[in-house]
Amino acid sequence: MTAFVEYLLTGVARGLVFALLAMGFVLIYRVTRVVNFAQGAFAIFGGLIAYSLLNAGVPHGVSEVLAILAAALIGLVFGIIAIGGDVPLLASLVITIGLSILSEAIAMLVWGTIPITFSGLAGHDFVIFGAFIQRQYLIVLIVSLVVFVALLYGFGRTYFGKAMSACASNPYAARLSGINVKKMGLIAFTLGGALGGLGGVLVTPLSPITYSGDVSLSITGFAAAIVGGLTSPGLAVVGGLVFGIAEQFVAGYWSPSNETAVALALLIVLLLWQAKRAPVGSLE
Amino acid sequence: MKSTDSTAPSTDLLAVSDSVLATVDLVVRYGAVVALHGVSIHVAKGEMVALIGPNGAGKSTLLNTLSGINRPASGRILRNGKLAHVPEGRQVFPDLTVDDNICLGAYRGGSRDTAPMYELFPQLQRLRKRRAGSLSGGEQQMVAICRALMANPDVIAVDELSQGLAPLVVSDIARHLVELNKQNGTAVLLVEQNAQLALNITSRAYVIENGYIGLEGRSSDLLRNPAVRAAYLGGIR
Repeated sequence: MTAFVEYLLTGVARGLVFALLAMGFVLIYRVTRVVNFAQGAFAIFGGLIAYSLLNAGVPHGVSEVLAILAAALIGLVFGIIAIGGDVPLLASLVITIGLSILSEAIAMLVWGTIPITFSGLAGHDFVIFGAFIQRQYLIVLIVSLVVFVALLYGFGRTYFGKAMSACASNPYAARLSGINVKKMGLIAFTLGGALGGLGGVLVTPLSPITYSGDVSLSITGFAAAIVGGLTSPGLAVVGGLVFGIAEQFVAGYWSPSNETAVALALLIVLLLWQAKRAPVGSLE
Repeated sequence: MKSTDSTAPSTDLLAVSDSVLATVDLVVRYGAVVALHGVSIHVAKGEMVALIGPNGAGKSTLLNTLSGINRPASGRILRNGKLAHVPEGRQVFPDLTVDDNICLGAYRGGSRDTAPMYELFPQLQRLRKRRAGSLSGGEQQMVAICRALMANPDVIAVDELSQGLAPLVVSDIARHLVELNKQNGTAVLLVEQNAQLALNITSRAYVIENGYIGLEGRSSDLLRNPAVRAAYLGGIR
């Protein structure tokens, strides 16, 4: 029972981090129809920048916020590169893959190849059903839930959110209505960067990250986003949780080295299920 | 100018200065292809004007240029009021609800209250929470018109009102446009392949062919014009 609770709770926390990345995918896709494969890079940069700031003596809280802002800025720059010119969608997608590879190179040059971590906010671990749970998990839970509610509300209920959705739904009609589609796309990339950065800042104290960690984060985040057909933020959260919990149970009851394999197998099953149900990005 | 015949000079400066919307010698190119060769039209306040012509004549290009989607290579656009554009093929936001579609028409400013639109098209009231993509063509056309009207325009440009719609639906929507024009004084620029419909409900019309304004005049005159009859009305009822 103790082990079960521990795996479940850590799985939920990791799942929420995946969900943050998935939300970044969904957000950018919903506005620009671009699948941003550099999404994991935002998380890596977020985590690495927070680590450097903390090492430089910047206090907790400030470091994390600055790292998230830096990730948002990186998101904006990536957005300008990917969709700033008048390039076809497919070209934008390939550009994001290139940016992801470039990010790894930059991260390796600046931070090296050794896995990096930092301790989360100080405080006692707590016990639930006999399981020791790090305080960081509670922080992940609270922060991501607040962000999810804010995003779901912002996207689904506000006028600005509807205008953002309109951009992907029909870019031409959006322009006729006076919506600046390109600007909205860049805002989406900036928010996607911030979401990725937040995910990175939250996950680094739980599991060390390396320069190349963006790929697995991108894949898992993408898989979670696929659950919602790349357009539903709510289902993306569900997807993130499924992947996070599955990963922890596989690692705990079976072997940690099978984590990624199981995630990829789940992704393939999901893609097949999605393709049968409704094509990705379709209106249904 | 290639105007072959006209009941009024094509650049009537007095008419231009009095209009809500006008173009003067507008030239639009797509790469090496010239889509519009010096097009001059005007729409007076509260006027209903038709723009008829065959496929590929430059009708939609003209509207897209008026809306700022295309950039003119030369010539001028004079706007003396707000223009709203109902694009060809309706172009609703398929994944958004009817109400959100209509509401987004006010993006440039003004009231976001959609209630007046449901008074105008009561049949949309019960569909307001439905996704616009699931609506029939006629209903989508109403949504597109409402979305344009939310901008509170002085002139509304409707591109291919009748495209893909049943005749009864078309006449119903056309009647709404005429009513709107009479009650609110909203000027209408109606772009149509269905010349019969367009000439029947407008007071003045332009015929556009291969990027040139070939003919212009009162709609009732054009309805009787042998050249127009032969080219656009021959096969129609």
